[in-house]
Amino acid sequence: MDNQSSFLLSVRDLKTYFFMDEGVVKAVDGVTFGVNPGQVFGIVGESGCGKSVTMKAVLRIVEPPGRIVNGQILLRCANKDVSGCDTVVDLAKLEANSKEMRDIRGAEIALIPQEPMAAFSPVHTVGDQIIEAITLHQDVSKRAARGIALQMFKDVGIPIPEQRLDEFSWQLSGGLRQRAIIAMALSCHPRLLIADEPTTAVDVTTQAQVLRLLRRLQEQRNAAIIFITHDLGVIAQMADYVMVMYLGLVMEEGPVDVIFHAPKHPYTQALLRSIPTITMTPRINLPTISGSIPHPFNKPRGCPFHPRCEKAMAGKCDVRVPALQAIGEKQAVSCFLFHDVEVTT
Amino acid sequence: MTAATQTLLEVKNLKKYFPIRKGFFRKTVGNVRAVDDVSFFINDGETLGLVGESGCGKTTASRCILRALVPTGGEMIFRSKEGQFVDLAKLTRAGLHPLRSQMQMIFQDPYGSLNPRMTLFDIVGEPMYVNGMTNRKERVERVAELLRLVGLRPEYMQRYPHAFSGGQRQRIGIARALSVNPRLVVADEPVSALDVSVQAQILNLMLDLQKRLNLTYLFVAHNLSVVRHICDRVAVMYVGKIVEMANTLELYAAPKHPYTAALMSAVPVADPRIKTGNVELKGEVPSPANPPPGCYFHPRCEFAVEVCHQDAPVFREITPNHQGDLGHFVACHRADELKLPGIA
Repeated sequence: MDNQSSFLLSVRDLKTYFFMDEGVVKAVDGVTFGVNPGQVFGIVGESGCGKSVTMKAVLRIVEPPGRIVNGQILLRCANKDVSGCDTVVDLAKLEANSKEMRDIRGAEIALIPQEPMAAFSPVHTVGDQIIEAITLHQDVSKRAARGIALQMFKDVGIPIPEQRLDEFSWQLSGGLRQRAIIAMALSCHPRLLIADEPTTAVDVTTQAQVLRLLRRLQEQRNAAIIFITHDLGVIAQMADYVMVMYLGLVMEEGPVDVIFHAPKHPYTQALLRSIPTITMTPRINLPTISGSIPHPFNKPRGCPFHPRCEKAMAGKCDVRVPALQAIGEKQAVSCFLFHDVEVTT
Repeated sequence: MTAATQTLLEVKNLKKYFPIRKGFFRKTVGNVRAVDDVSFFINDGETLGLVGESGCGKTTASRCILRALVPTGGEMIFRSKEGQFVDLAKLTRAGLHPLRSQMQMIFQDPYGSLNPRMTLFDIVGEPMYVNGMTNRKERVERVAELLRLVGLRPEYMQRYPHAFSGGQRQRIGIARALSVNPRLVVADEPVSALDVSVQAQILNLMLDLQKRLNLTYLFVAHNLSVVRHICDRVAVMYVGKIVEMANTLELYAAPKHPYTAALMSAVPVADPRIKTGNVELKGEVPSPANPPPGCYFHPRCEFAVEVCHQDAPVFREITPNHQGDLGHFVACHRADELKLPGIA
């Protein structure tokens, strides 16, 4: 699915498990995807699908008892090696708290978290926190860093930026706080931005502002964004390429238009049918997906979606796990309706 | 406004102020006008949606109706089962008691709204017990019936909430609300905490129960797609006031208030071929403690003229009732001249 020669981030067969007293939770169970430079890569899925854990694994901030047990996370770094080729690092091999990883975090890959209130320290001014991030990754004086922070605040459209820099996060409104976080994330010119449900905690009008801002900055700076959300509307408006996850596995992936207009996987289809849209007849019964998401401790055997799937084939879907296979030119689906390749363990 | 026989609840000039106290003597230095002169009505069997951004007062308004809060002013005329019109705002605790069972609530958070130490039987049966159904056997039967009604198995009665998923818990919450045969159900963001694939199940259940039991819903939500799907009429709130109220499809297709139009255009549509979010709403929602003069929306409104800075617009009817339609109300000086884009 990814183009080997041009990828920015390439994740292969990533497995992240949580080793609890009660058993092992396989939060991410063999995920492969690639993100190209300048692409907005959407990851969509419901709770427990592993979308956030995937992101945490990429940043190497999975907390114990969680651990990356398998896979590669290849990142193409900005600096070139002696022969002039791009250096590619496998983040999965680095120590989570090593110098290399800390240099990458914030500088190469930045995070826009879901809850901007929790992301800022309440006892330091917003400006100090951004200046700290800048001086950590760039060789500049504090004064120069303040200038960069100020420019960032202007870029993200914060009114009276000089004053806002010296305020605390709790003095800012939700929309401003989210903008300040975006300013901080972009302050070191990362080439990959991970936005984990960046607009879930804000109102719809603020959401529209934040999404527009992210789009504009992404185009100006040609940064790639991994956009994680459960909101299909936001994904449709933001992403170029979409990956649909369910219970730790990729169900389907493809360009946004294909996913929304020609979805193949029964889960993607059912998910799209079940949301009320602004064009459908109101007050009719929506087609639903029966049942609910299983508890991570008792994941079903075989395809994780088969107990809720209308097209499940007995003896096949409940026994074997389908692999993600390319169907046609653009799309890839993990479903036995389209191929017969299973996951090899 | 209308006072037709089928009106179940009519809210007139409802106000709820929270005082801001300062200093040693806790002197009141101002008021947060959470709900500021709000009027609307709900007819029997209909669903009225109350939408707006966080802090607009929609939850406070719904809590006043249930008398979880004592309103600062205004009237709330409720038509009781016996056909009497009572003002909920003026009733005492004792006077309210017989009416409580006629108004119930479905909560937003299915995890926080169920006591983890009570079984399903206790949770769903408690309102019945409080309202005089003291025979345990009767209650067991009724709880079983209610669980079946909301799509759960009666055998689950002895289990505790932790054994259930979010969607199932929301079903339990609905069963509890319905246990005392309410007529008005206030649902405050009932699906926003649920997963997408489960939301549809709960929305279907609410629609189905409404038809079967002739329920009236006050549906408080911020997701405009969900509101469009479930509501007959929608009222849009901004900084403690209702700015527009109309039939759902009319409101979405032809909004008359610039705020409604901005809200509509901000809804991300789940179709990459339709690009939304073209109207940018600048600035921030003003604080209800210190709202701007004139129309509260004028600092952010691209259509604001001189009069908008000075006079607060009156909430008035612009299209009179015609059949099957309960009128289009709006609070905007320029409602008659503006042509605003809607969606769908």
